[in-house]
Amino acid sequence: MIHPTTPEVGGMGHSIKRKEDLRFIQGKGNYVDDVHLPDMVYGHMVRSPYAHARLKSINTEKAKAHPGVLAIITGEDLAKANLAWMPTLYFDKQMVLATGKVLFQSQEVAFVVAEDRYTAADAAELVDVEYEELPVLVDPHKATDPTSPILREDREEKSNHIFHWEVGDKAATDKAFQDAAVKANVHAIFQRCHPAPLETCGCVADFNRATGRLTVYLTSQAPHAHRTLFALVGGIPENNIRVISPDIGGGFGNKVPIYPGYVCSVVASLTLGRPVKWIETRSENLQSTGFARDYHMTAELAADKDGKIQALRVKTLADHGAFNAAAQPTKFPAGLFSICTGAYDYPNAFCEVDGVYTNKAPGGIAYRCSFRVTEAAYLIERAVDVLARELKVDPVELREKNFIRPEQFPYKSPLGWSFDSGNYQAAMDLALKKVGYAELRKEQEEKRKKGELMGIGVSSFVEIVGAGPAHTFDIVGIKMFDSAEIRVHPTGKAICRMGTKSQGQGHETTYAQIVAQELGIPAADVLVEEGDTDTAPYGLGTYASRSTPVSGAATAVAARKIREKAKKIAAHLLECGEEDLEWEPGKFFVKGAPSKAKTIQEIAFAAYTNLPQGMEAGLEAVDYYDPPNLTFPFGTYICVVDIDKGTGEVKVRRFVAVDDCGNVINPMIVDGQIHGGLTEGLAIAFMQQIDYDENGNVQGGSFMDYLLPTAVETPNWETDKTCTPSPHHPLGAKGVGESPNVGSPAAFVNAVVDALAHLGVRHIDMPVTPWKVWTILKEKGVVS
Amino acid sequence: MAKKQLVRVKVNGHERQAEVEPRLLLVHFIREVLGLRGTHVGCDTSHCGACTVVLDGKTVKSCTMFAPQADGCELLTVEGLMRNGTLHPLQEGFKEEHGLQCGFCTPGMLMSSYVLLQKNKKPTEEDIRWGISGNLCRCTGYQNIVKAVLYAAAKMGGGAK
Repeated sequence: MIHPTTPEVGGMGHSIKRKEDLRFIQGKGNYVDDVHLPDMVYGHMVRSPYAHARLKSINTEKAKAHPGVLAIITGEDLAKANLAWMPTLYFDKQMVLATGKVLFQSQEVAFVVAEDRYTAADAAELVDVEYEELPVLVDPHKATDPTSPILREDREEKSNHIFHWEVGDKAATDKAFQDAAVKANVHAIFQRCHPAPLETCGCVADFNRATGRLTVYLTSQAPHAHRTLFALVGGIPENNIRVISPDIGGGFGNKVPIYPGYVCSVVASLTLGRPVKWIETRSENLQSTGFARDYHMTAELAADKDGKIQALRVKTLADHGAFNAAAQPTKFPAGLFSICTGAYDYPNAFCEVDGVYTNKAPGGIAYRCSFRVTEAAYLIERAVDVLARELKVDPVELREKNFIRPEQFPYKSPLGWSFDSGNYQAAMDLALKKVGYAELRKEQEEKRKKGELMGIGVSSFVEIVGAGPAHTFDIVGIKMFDSAEIRVHPTGKAICRMGTKSQGQGHETTYAQIVAQELGIPAADVLVEEGDTDTAPYGLGTYASRSTPVSGAATAVAARKIREKAKKIAAHLLECGEEDLEWEPGKFFVKGAPSKAKTIQEIAFAAYTNLPQGMEAGLEAVDYYDPPNLTFPFGTYICVVDIDKGTGEVKVRRFVAVDDCGNVINPMIVDGQIHGGLTEGLAIAFMQQIDYDENGNVQGGSFMDYLLPTAVETPNWETDKTCTPSPHHPLGAKGVGESPNVGSPAAFVNAVVDALAHLGVRHIDMPVTPWKVWTILKEKGVVS
Repeated sequence: MAKKQLVRVKVNGHERQAEVEPRLLLVHFIREVLGLRGTHVGCDTSHCGACTVVLDGKTVKSCTMFAPQADGCELLTVEGLMRNGTLHPLQEGFKEEHGLQCGFCTPGMLMSSYVLLQKNKKPTEEDIRWGISGNLCRCTGYQNIVKAVLYAAAKMGGGAK
């Protein structure tokens, strides 16, 4: 139960306006490219035009002679310092600058440093690299063919196969399939795409020779983890490294890994003793930094004749590109993909994933989701729809029949997760009512008679966010707790420093609201600071919707520690026993005598001026929170589409999103997160794809052909919520930022397939382009 | 290197001039020569609109022009929207309606919206969606940006049709 606070205090549940906005609307944000230091110079990357080629020679003479050029770094140079390769975040290594050969188009080959941006780019053109082309492996299905080239000659295992991972009871699942009355299967490719935050990645590395300190301004979603990695890989003492994440122009997972450009900038600054700025172009961003998805999945469902699901069997091929740079901290090679059993209760499941190398950019980052959760949610929600067709029942009816019921929580899923809480039927009911489902089905029937194409798509997704319990999650061994440190000043104002880092989520506002909730100090009086590793407590950063589940919890716990001390001070001031005191946000008062009270501001002043004897001065606390479990947000999304038969164009007529993220800190911000995530889901479903031609040339490598929706293609989203608090989170909150991106792709695709279902269409792979739809209409004889 | 050229502009009401390489992009002139870093760069193909400024009353993506092409022109950037310490109704609208998240597209959005409201004092939602269709946002889904522009239009005496 959340104690209500006044709008002036602005605790949980208040849609207070964002504190961070003032600087952004005035053009006074401070993004990494705005960092401008004296004597700063610029780096530019030389990249491979080939997807797979042996490096015959690199001639830097002409480039070195170009006026204004200060240094050119090659892989051979880095090799001397043992830095030609760096570890990835998932048990692999990656070339910083190529030595021997290149493995994907746009791979980093040399780093040119010059007095200014333009000169660096000019000189990069003068670096003469001789390549010998090698056979290219593009299709992941051919990765283990004996005729395919072995890409990673550096590995002991001479194979393009990276891992096989399986979870679940294979024998029981196979048996359930043998016995099943009804079976359905879908082969779905979750295409390779890229988060493309509007600000690309970049850094300014500033090594100060006088002090021996390295300061790196970095587009980093995880500044502390990056500091530790710089220390471990670069050999610089960690106390001499300061990572500063300034304002970040969107992350969506793209800014979790360490990229070669960062390492090269640090090396260049160490070499030159000057600050080195490197900002990637958009094309470099799309072509070389963390891609997402590229999961080639098959799901089979077995059910009895009444439509009760009995088993799920999943087989997936994961294309990891040239290096396994999956930015994920789980102990499982496919992350949290085993959430693929979805919102449904059935006893048997088996899931296997094989990862392979291809001549494509490395990555496998969690694009606005926890690790592989979007793939999983998409797969099960598509599969359930296909099963509904097979059973000839409404997809809503099938879902409702199989939902895990509220009384079954905590629910142990057949693949081993303990779902903390849920009420899936409540979210479904609200969504159906809001969209007017029964009327829509009638309208669809009428339209079909007239030959018009209209579809309704449903997705009842479950997420798994808030990494994580330390026993399951770590980054290079560092457990996935997160932190908050609160200091209350003598005048009753406070500063709160965090181990996370906002990229637009509104942390400066929402964490202040948690402090307001727990201490009664108005949110307006709480300064939230993140991103400076010299001042913030150690944390693992912001991704996987973990800020509220982990650092939000830490903030609440730290505030409660402060409240404990405040209680002792209040008892001293009121000359009563602690047991005589009661709390309401903002003050302690004597039970039965509410006028005898001390406000948190009075207590804060006393903490520095009038303490009980023997008590340490000050009013502050820090908490490192290790969550006992993940949180499991969920929701039901319903999408209504109309298809233009002439062009194959899909128009999203309506989209109703009912989300349940437990107790809400700021409803306005949650709504904004949902809008944004749905828009990215729309983009994935209909537009975004990083594809490769047979020579490994990247298609979709710039905004010319990597399509993002504008305001014109984006519909008005209709949002609503149910509230099922997390039983283990101190505030009953769950993560939310990624739910809409996880839950919506299936709703879009289900709607399009629903519109075409009477033609026998059962699946269409994303992105569902007008061309694909028009081609199907043509094949089915709907258009000539 | 080509001979430097003198570029004179009036930016946010102030006369500024500098000698620059003829190939210097206007956006780099604004950011690095004039030091107005509110104007951003989000792509290299003139699609994203983060670099949108107002040049002689019209929006321009400042990555599509060379600085010398702006010689003699009048520029308005996000830094020039505030008057006498008061936020422009658009700035206020973006804050009130939660029209921004990471803030990176915001300056360009504000400048496109500014010109839209100069030309159309009572825009419909659809007018606004088309008016900002040259600006990409990855965070907001545009819905609250539309509301923010409607807020400003109402405040400036227009309001929805």
